Amino acid sequence: MAEKTYKWVGTRQPRPDGADKVTGRARFGADFDMPGQLVGKVLRSPHAHANIRSIDTSKAEALPGVKAVMTSADMPDMPDEMAPAGEVMVNLRDVTRNVMAREKALYDGHAVAAVAATTEAIARQALALIEVDYEVLPHVIDVDQAVAEGAPILHENLRTKNVDGAEDTLTNVAARIQFTKGDMDSGWSQADVVIEHAFTTKPVHQGYIEPHAAVASTTEDGQVQLWCSTQGQFNVRGYCAKLLGMETSQIRVTPSEIGGGFGGKTVVYGEPLAIKLSQKAGKPVKIVMTREEVFRGSGPTAAGAMDVKLGATKDGRIVAADLNIRMQAGAFPGAPVGPACMCSFACYDIDNINVVGFDVVSNRPKVAAYRAPGSPVAAWGVESAINMLAEKLGMDQLELRIKNAAREGTKTHYGPTFKDIGMAATLDAAKNSPHYQTPLKPGQGRGVAVGFWFNIGMDSSAACHVGEDGTVTLISGSPDIGGSRASLALMAAEELGVDYQKIRPIVADTASIGFNFLTGGSRVTFATGMAVVQAVREAIDELRARAAKLWEVDVEAVIWEDGCAKPAGSNVGDFEPLSLAEIAVNAGKTGGPINGHAQLNAQGAGPGFGAQIYDVSVDQDTGHVTVDRCTVVQDVGTAIHPDYVEGQLQGGVVQGIGWALNEEYIYNDKGQLENTGFLDYRMPVASDLPMIEPIIVEVPNPNHPYGVRGVGEVPIVPPMAAIGNAIAGATGIRMTDLPMSPPKLSAAIDAARVSEAADD
Amino acid sequence: MAKNHVTTTINGEPVEFLCETHETMLDVLRNDLGLTGSKEGCGSGDCGACSVMVDGRLACACLMLGAEAEGRSIETIEGMAAGEELHPLQKNFVKEAALQCGICTPGVLVAAKALLERNPDPTETEVRYWLAGNLCRCTGYDKIIRAVMDTAAEMRAN
Repeated sequence: MAEKTYKWVGTRQPRPDGADKVTGRARFGADFDMPGQLVGKVLRSPHAHANIRSIDTSKAEALPGVKAVMTSADMPDMPDEMAPAGEVMVNLRDVTRNVMAREKALYDGHAVAAVAATTEAIARQALALIEVDYEVLPHVIDVDQAVAEGAPILHENLRTKNVDGAEDTLTNVAARIQFTKGDMDSGWSQADVVIEHAFTTKPVHQGYIEPHAAVASTTEDGQVQLWCSTQGQFNVRGYCAKLLGMETSQIRVTPSEIGGGFGGKTVVYGEPLAIKLSQKAGKPVKIVMTREEVFRGSGPTAAGAMDVKLGATKDGRIVAADLNIRMQAGAFPGAPVGPACMCSFACYDIDNINVVGFDVVSNRPKVAAYRAPGSPVAAWGVESAINMLAEKLGMDQLELRIKNAAREGTKTHYGPTFKDIGMAATLDAAKNSPHYQTPLKPGQGRGVAVGFWFNIGMDSSAACHVGEDGTVTLISGSPDIGGSRASLALMAAEELGVDYQKIRPIVADTASIGFNFLTGGSRVTFATGMAVVQAVREAIDELRARAAKLWEVDVEAVIWEDGCAKPAGSNVGDFEPLSLAEIAVNAGKTGGPINGHAQLNAQGAGPGFGAQIYDVSVDQDTGHVTVDRCTVVQDVGTAIHPDYVEGQLQGGVVQGIGWALNEEYIYNDKGQLENTGFLDYRMPVASDLPMIEPIIVEVPNPNHPYGVRGVGEVPIVPPMAAIGNAIAGATGIRMTDLPMSPPKLSAAIDAARVSEAADD
Repeated sequence: MAKNHVTTTINGEPVEFLCETHETMLDVLRNDLGLTGSKEGCGSGDCGACSVMVDGRLACACLMLGAEAEGRSIETIEGMAAGEELHPLQKNFVKEAALQCGICTPGVLVAAKALLERNPDPTETEVRYWLAGNLCRCTGYDKIIRAVMDTAAEMRAN
């Protein structure tokens, strides 16, 4: 594809919501209030697993200031079947039980009742007055323990016959999936070298700084207005309509500014509860989670346990790859085991692959998406094993990856054959980077790993409204979580040929724009971007038609160029170009308002590949790891706004550094989460980190008008393994269980010393 | 119990409010005074999203009681811009894309301003340690650190 030059695309413009966000003016979820609103609070189970024999709310209801109390009895039960909710297929039996426990509490922090009161103090007092009669049951947290014989069983509807069991017994395994390619026996027979190892990860939280927040206001005639912090207002509408037995047109959801989500704000928690409490109380109700509630009650990502086996020829050609991965879904089925299995070996061109995955329930909060859901867990095992293979072969870790990289024509183990992908270009850029060309300092180790994410398309709608002065309002329904307003406006400016500042992008509520699937999967700049381009082009067609009318020529004789309608050629006539503003001011005389609309299901998302390089130092006494240098290389297709592309790369990397070195859910022997605050759930802070050096590779996606692939997911895939590989380089110790926190690493260093001493 | 009557100064303006004894300064700012620029990310002083200045010292508003504002001078993000003129830090945060979702941004800006008032020429390490109490989950801090360093250089030159 020829290099295209753009006026606006690829430039670093100030974001349209910048002033709002640096002055404190931007309104996030908890910043919204309604006159007369009540405070909603949720009672949560202190038990990891318990039957709920009864709930007595009478004392809470009698407390002055309490206006409504609800339990699961206030919501209809749902059938055990997959159903669409905002275009996501979900099992509503599970969703309604996750929002509020029914017969059982399935994790510490599981919602069991909720109240609405005039003040927060009264609401808290009311929670303490609700009497829940629990029958505490044995619990299970760890994924491999959950599938072991005799494990406590969470659900009556999960049976082995639905998986692969010969006998029909209860199980915690919700699903088994398998992907195969080639012939494994043939693969292993070609292998000169085989690596086989087990790896585990711990659950980690998305860690958005803004807790979930929602305000619901309902009317006696069944209308609902909801303001909330979400990645998908249309999905919230879909969920709430199903859970409360309402029609979607009765519910209008307005997304607030969103203070981070990373996948965690794609589901509902307090939203349907706020609506129900508001209906019962006849007043608006606001529910804001505390940080402790975010950790205990909202979705972390799935943890995984896996066995990886790789076989290669002496010259470094990988000929067989096997992965068996068990993923913890939390209390209800739905671990991202499908993506984990599909992404696992997607970076490589390997003839013989066998991948088996299990979706396993256990007594933890139901997982929610987290950046490239599933892919980082599989990559931890696979990319660590690749380095073990490189060590055994005596090959450079990057050269081994280059030799086996997926290329155009590589058929994946999950089906598609890759076209126009940037894996090889990304690896070349990594190899030629200043970082990789710089020798290590004494004591340092260097680690490399690669990562993959599909990127997704899905449904988007957009509108382009031309104002009477020729400025443009650009309307989408995709919450802006990291600068997407700017990217969308840049593409609109490019199409229209007008100044970026003349375009005002807004994020609309569910009643003001057509359906948009949620912000996630790295889809907004790709899919909503396509809708924006199409809407703008429709407006441009209308602008051309108006010029044609004024000039009394055919519309085909008018072109749009540099923000003006112009005659297509000298034979059309001698007309001065008409600017957008000139056409707009006369719109009333030429046919009325000038707008463009588009709605589409975006096809052709371009796969994303990345490679990362880390240099680390390890304190041999404490096991503390310092990341000294980090380079992140990624094929993004086209970087519409390079600053925000770099930001996605840097942010994803740092979340991965946290996942690698510190973050984990710590449970006590009762199955209660012990680290429910940022002090004990240790996310990276500024002083932990170096600058993160981004290298943007641009292999345009031919299916997008500007070549966009998507950016946000891939960066979190490689860090854990790359850092593990760097630690192995620095210490000679191969860590196989995340996180590689100081206590664990120092214990491993001590064990190695003891073993060395024994050998001497 | 009767509410506490508090007389204080917020962003240079005299302010009076009534608060319950248990109410935090952050609750007062957000719920009673409509100053929602200070954010609650944790309520335990770990995230810095509610950073404010109290008599010239950086503090987490969630760790301070509203009643403690009596006779003090509080500065919040809402007081950072001078009329229509953004503070150089605010300008550079927008210019250099030092924010993504923006929830941590008010706290980071208040903390960064406090740093530059105390140390107009900080090293990268000093900026990183000063801002270690402000969690950001989106940016990886890179562009934040750069924007603070660039602003410091710009303010020294002017």
